[in-house]
Amino acid sequence: MPAFLNIAFFALLSGGEKGGLLDVNPGLIIWTVVTFIILLFILKKMAWKPILGSLNERENFIKDSLEKAEKAQQEALKLLEENKTNLAKAEEESQKIIAQGRDYAEKLKSQIIEESKIQGKKMVEAASSEIERKNREAFERLKDQIADIAVNAAEKIIRESLDKEKQKSIVDKFIDQLPKN
Amino acid sequence: MVLDTIQEVHDSLNVAAEKGEDTSWILHHILDSKEIFGLFTLPEIHLFGIDLTITNHVVFMWLAMIILGIIFSKVSRSYKKSLVPKGLTNLMEIFIIFVRDDIVKPTIGKGYEKFLPYLLTVFFFILTCNFLGLIPGGATATSNISVTATLATISFVVIQAGGIMKNGFFGYFKGLMPHGLPTWLLPIMFVVEVLGLFTKPFALAIRLFANMSAGHIVILALLGLIFILKTYFVIPVSIGFALFIYLLEILVALIQAYIFTMLSSLFIGMAVHQDH
Repeated sequence: MPAFLNIAFFALLSGGEKGGLLDVNPGLIIWTVVTFIILLFILKKMAWKPILGSLNERENFIKDSLEKAEKAQQEALKLLEENKTNLAKAEEESQKIIAQGRDYAEKLKSQIIEESKIQGKKMVEAASSEIERKNREAFERLKDQIADIAVNAAEKIIRESLDKEKQKSIVDKFIDQLPKN
Repeated sequence: MVLDTIQEVHDSLNVAAEKGEDTSWILHHILDSKEIFGLFTLPEIHLFGIDLTITNHVVFMWLAMIILGIIFSKVSRSYKKSLVPKGLTNLMEIFIIFVRDDIVKPTIGKGYEKFLPYLLTVFFFILTCNFLGLIPGGATATSNISVTATLATISFVVIQAGGIMKNGFFGYFKGLMPHGLPTWLLPIMFVVEVLGLFTKPFALAIRLFANMSAGHIVILALLGLIFILKTYFVIPVSIGFALFIYLLEILVALIQAYIFTMLSSLFIGMAVHQDH
């Protein structure tokens, strides 16, 4: 048996001059009760109540905060989803609007071109008819002038031999026989 | 066999004593005394025929009370400032939440809040006393059977009061008996169960006392080897083992505070909820 155990046993069993380990001291018991009860009351009032209260408060606060955060997250997700659908709708709408605009522009363009073509043709036609009319007029006038000049010339040339009436009828006949242009 | 061993020990110790090996110095360090720190003697007080002297252990209990008072007044004040703990508050909160969530809540269950202040106080008081004993020059109040017996008695009172308050006086004692027992067994069982009520705190007292004194005795005995064997070769062995035991005692100080609180809480739970 190790020596230190011997000493331990001895200490436990025999004891010194002041008594053994298992001696009960009534004074100490009273002091223990007094000390413990005082400590219990002090700590209960000063420490346990506020500390446990704060712990509970904090736990509730954390729980509430977590719940709130979860709710907020769900709401945010919902909003995000909504936003996405809205965005998609808006995109579709805008595409539609753009397509419509393009169609309209195309139609307008072709219409304008058509109209301008028609107008141009009309203008050309008007111009050519005008030119023809002017031509004819000029030709008519030229014909008259030529006739007059020819008559005058013929009158001057053959004043003596022929009278005026006869001559004119002859010249007219001659002019009529000329080609139209 | 055991008797033989004890006889042997006695004989060898008697031989040692004859050679002038006195071991009473160990007890001097373990037992309560009227000296404090070995420096001065406390005055004796006698009241109503009881020795009410403020002994070493009383001083250390008061020291524990003062330390706990200071620490927890600080902690509870820090909660008023903000709900976010830090530093000392954080450390204490770990202990408080440990006691609340790992000891009291699972063992008592519903209605545990009523017993929480008592169990927290017991836990911190025993813990502080245990640690004060580990400080060189300190004394372990919890290694005194009078102190542990008193603490166990207070636990006993709390257990019985809790049980009686919840179940009513007669209901409590009726609930002690297991269900479906033959009638003729009832008187015997009643005696057994009532005895059982007393063995629980008795075990609490002895366990705490024995654990807290044993470590100290072993350390002192290991160091005493140096002086008994009177050789230098034993010094490293003694110091090494003593250090090991010392570290073990830190663990024991924590464990015993935990066990005392745990068992008290368990017994309270058994007394309050008798149907389980």
